[in-house]
Amino acid sequence: MQLGRIIGNVVCTAKNPSLVGHKLLLVQPIDRHGRDRGKVFVAVDSVGAGAGETIYWCRGKEASFPFLPGDVPTEATIVGIVDSVNIQRP
Amino acid sequence: MLIGKVIGDVVATQKSPSHVGRKILLIQPLNLDGTDRGEPVLALDAVDAGAGDRVLLVSEGFSAMTAVGRPNSPIDMAVVGVIDAVTLSGEEV
Repeated sequence: MQLGRIIGNVVCTAKNPSLVGHKLLLVQPIDRHGRDRGKVFVAVDSVGAGAGETIYWCRGKEASFPFLPGDVPTEATIVGIVDSVNIQRP
Repeated sequence: MLIGKVIGDVVATQKSPSHVGRKILLIQPLNLDGTDRGEPVLALDAVDAGAGDRVLLVSEGFSAMTAVGRPNSPIDMAVVGVIDAVTLSGEEV
């Protein structure tokens, strides 16, 4: 999993029927200090995340597992809302 | 599998139910010379690792889910071992 921040959302009227009812959010990957890194992508939400929140997301086939027994075609899913990041490296 | 170092953790109240009760560790993947290999990642803990530990990291879903004991869960990385020693060409690194 990796850290990211919600910076927006995507609306699709015509979409795969399995995606109906799921929020599509724009995620900016961030580093442990909250700085942007890498390119923005679209992820399906599974935890009720909203704009500006720091989240962590899961990639790959596993990304569809929060929606079982449904078959949601996603390769990136938000699976947690981050309260705090504790860095313990000197 | 990758070698990494535990550099912290993440607290999340609202998360996938399959992550409840497992530490979410912040891991810096390492090269063999100990330098950073890319950006830190988040992995669920399956071996009770802690800050500063050098660990073995799986970065694929099936192995991560199996290690954590939560099948069919959104888990793509897990810590599966705490490393005692790595030997390369007869020398410990």
